[in-house]
Amino acid sequence: MSTTTPPKAIDGAIGYADERFAIAGFLRAKSKKVFGDHWSFMLGEIALYSFVILLLSGVFLTLWFKPSMSEVVYHGSYTKLNGVSVSEAYDSTLRISFDVRGGLLMRQIHHWAAVLFLASTMVHLLRIFFTGAYRKPREINWLIGIVMFTIAILEGLFGYSLPDDLLSGTGLRITQGVLQSIPLVGTYLFYFAFGDAFPGHDFIPRLYTIHVLLIPGLLLALVVAHLMIMWFQSHTQFPGKGRSNNTVTGKAFFPVFLIKTNAFMLFTFAVIAGLATFAQINPIWLFGPYTPDSITAGSQPDFYMGFLEGALRIMPNWETNLWGHTVSWNVMIPALVPLGLIMTGAAVWPFIEQWATGDRKIHNFADRPRNAPFRTAVGMTTVAFYGLLWLAGGNDIIADKFHVSLYATTWFFRFTIVIGPVIAFFVTKRICLGLQGKDADVLHHGVESGKIMRLPNGEFIEVHEPASEEEAAVLQGKDLLPAPELEEAEDENGVPAPSARGPLGKVRKNLNRAFAPDEVSVDGHGEGHHETGPHDDEQLASDGVETGGGKAISRH
Amino acid sequence: MTDNNENSDVTPEEEGRVPKRVIGTPPSVGTQELLPREEPGEGGSGYVLDEKKARSAERVAAFFFTLTFLASIAFIFFYAVWPGHVGNIQRATRSNYTLGIALTLIFLGLAVGMTIWVRHLVTTKEIVQERHAISSTAEDREAFNEFFQKGAQESGLIQRKLLRRTLLLASAPLGLLPLVLLRDLGPLPEKKLRHTKWKSGTRLVVDGTGQPLKATDFNSPGGIITVVPEGAENNLDEIATSAVLLLNLPVDQLKIKKGRENWNVGGIVAYSKICTHVGCPAALYEQTTHHILCPCHQSTFDALDSAKVIFGPAARPLPQLPIGVDSEGYLIATSDFKEPVGPSFWERGRPKA
Ligand code: HEM
Ligand code: FES
Repeated sequence: MSTTTPPKAIDGAIGYADERFAIAGFLRAKSKKVFGDHWSFMLGEIALYSFVILLLSGVFLTLWFKPSMSEVVYHGSYTKLNGVSVSEAYDSTLRISFDVRGGLLMRQIHHWAAVLFLASTMVHLLRIFFTGAYRKPREINWLIGIVMFTIAILEGLFGYSLPDDLLSGTGLRITQGVLQSIPLVGTYLFYFAFGDAFPGHDFIPRLYTIHVLLIPGLLLALVVAHLMIMWFQSHTQFPGKGRSNNTVTGKAFFPVFLIKTNAFMLFTFAVIAGLATFAQINPIWLFGPYTPDSITAGSQPDFYMGFLEGALRIMPNWETNLWGHTVSWNVMIPALVPLGLIMTGAAVWPFIEQWATGDRKIHNFADRPRNAPFRTAVGMTTVAFYGLLWLAGGNDIIADKFHVSLYATTWFFRFTIVIGPVIAFFVTKRICLGLQGKDADVLHHGVESGKIMRLPNGEFIEVHEPASEEEAAVLQGKDLLPAPELEEAEDENGVPAPSARGPLGKVRKNLNRAFAPDEVSVDGHGEGHHETGPHDDEQLASDGVETGGGKAISRH
Repeated sequence: MTDNNENSDVTPEEEGRVPKRVIGTPPSVGTQELLPREEPGEGGSGYVLDEKKARSAERVAAFFFTLTFLASIAFIFFYAVWPGHVGNIQRATRSNYTLGIALTLIFLGLAVGMTIWVRHLVTTKEIVQERHAISSTAEDREAFNEFFQKGAQESGLIQRKLLRRTLLLASAPLGLLPLVLLRDLGPLPEKKLRHTKWKSGTRLVVDGTGQPLKATDFNSPGGIITVVPEGAENNLDEIATSAVLLLNLPVDQLKIKKGRENWNVGGIVAYSKICTHVGCPAALYEQTTHHILCPCHQSTFDALDSAKVIFGPAARPLPQLPIGVDSEGYLIATSDFKEPVGPSFWERGRPKA
């Protein structure tokens, strides 16, 4: 059955291309590449394929959408608005919804894809963070990811502002108010962005150019770079039997990964199409056209803007007037600080970790979150901070649903935004250490077998059996290399080196301690299990579970 | 479609002590073959399939691919024949359902079919592949450094200071040009944020109808209405700064600030509707407490007490518009607002009024 030459048509095509671009050699090398398999790798794929949908459905929408704020009188299929003066943007969006076949479907597909794109990007970033997959050599791809995430939020905001309905117009009004509050240049930014007064006539056309050209172009370039780097460096892998830092275990790109990823793309498409069919999203005809003096109560932005909304809501009303100038802390802080903290923090994190631990090794293993308690705890702190702000963005809904006073919910969030993240930090750290202890326990004493034995004295005990090799390899798979020392931190007499003195050196030392894996010994387990575990024999060590990094470092 | 664990390396006795898989850990290797695996072939190919099982998997995949084919036909039918044209809400809704279901099935059929294919009919085996080195060799780097140094020398840029410096000089302002070019994006703010369309004598007209309003007609206690300056009814830019909430408040409960004694007309008071937080319309009014609530971030203002802030992120009261009546009894503004309306800004400072 098997032959060595493909069908004529394919052979011909490859031959043609090969004689011009030497493609056979290229394809041969590429299609042999092995791809690891883990469900969490799919998060990035969902984002990628949602982006593809956004490009396709977005181009469809441009064929009818008119990015203009000129007033027209609506006469169309949505008879309730007949005779109402609306902008051309709003008018054309109604036409797409009711007069273009498949238009409503495409609009809803576009919007649902946007939601899915941002949601999957967020979860994808979290999984990269919590598994330490951003470590060398993948820091640049981490940065690209952060940039993509940031501009994707903007892209979403600009996109849902385009139809010029009451809900999105209110969002633009808030955007304008925030711009105006920026010290020194705020009013200039406002007038330059809007081309005169708010709402003016320039803003939606400008958003449109940015939404359909500038940001998608930028995103596309970044996506391509992201994928090329990912291909070159390969995925990280979780520890397991027979895995090492220098190998990838999995199946070849051609045919397995190729079919799999296409199937997954189609699943993503199907989910988005299904949502667009059955779950209404952004019914702008119910909101009505934008006017600056109308509003609907209980209105909510898209979910990815929720945390900014929450921050604006719970901020106390601080404002200072000095020397004839006004600084609106009540607007500036919530608008800039949470986003700035999270994004900048995420961007510099890999470098802080490197600096603090002195770890310049190549990491191809993904950490299990429990094995990096400090990182995991910082991550959960951020998640709590973001999550609480996000919830605060719906405080009116919470007050309504749970029949509590609106002001009580605001005060609740004003307190929890401070203490919630702190609690999250300590609880997470304890949980991680507990889980590590449990792992060490399994290695020491084996797993509960479910077999109950009765001892001669009548006591019942459960028989523990040693963990299987697979399991043991996973449990052992944490970075057991000695805690990376700061090379010149102390000399033999315990005198700190010059670089370790001074405030920066102290910070580094403290951070180093926070990152250090010997935290585990707090629980009496820690690295100790390595000596005594039932499976700590040559065999495991020679599996190369945790020895790989050494080779890479020798290159320096 | 089942996971075929029975063929992995683990013998049945060992199997018993494999603890349950921990979430976040990879499955044990070798889950996809249908028959005991053979020795790995060259390049990792070579599971042998159980032909009977494979054929039934093939039939299931074929079923799903056919489903996609039929759904595509249905899609075209729904588009062109029935429900076909949209043009009212019922038809648009029906069209959305039919086209959407067809499209979902198109993707779903292909996706499921391909999944069955890759899980049950592809014989590629799992292999372990070396990662290639990420960095170049030391020799390569060395060689490149040398080459670079040599090229730099040859270019003359290192020795020729004048060339180098003027080149830097030439490129320095280039980055500014795009910024300069953006200058005409908008006019300078000047003092525009300090003024609205209101001035002495401007009639208050009802938002939406454009009708002027007599004080005697606005006499129901607890009444509230949005008004705009006459002549600005259709101008969104003016409405965005000049929209005003007109309230009919009980005179006896009104706490009138010094200097504002003649700003109201028998308990009829006018406050800017533009929230001083970030500019949403502060549109909700609670009649019993006389609180004005902005739905955006819930800033709450006391209408009886110069609209001062009693809760929420807004830092300043809603500015009050001084009003009176003209000779025909219509409500008019007696001046512009005495302070800028809407959100704060850097140049605002503390208003004198
Ligand atoms: C990451 C990429 C993108 C995101 C997150 C995004 C998001 C959005 C959102 C949320 C809307 C509002 C849809 C609604 O409910 O009406 C929208 C509208 C729109 N988008 Fe995008 N979009 C993206 C890319 C694109 C691209 C690449 C194009 C075209 C080339 C495009 C064209 C449009 C058009 C024309 C509209 C206005 C029509 C309408 O609102 O129905 N978008 N976008
Ligand atoms: S705009 Fe009114 S509370 Fe924020």
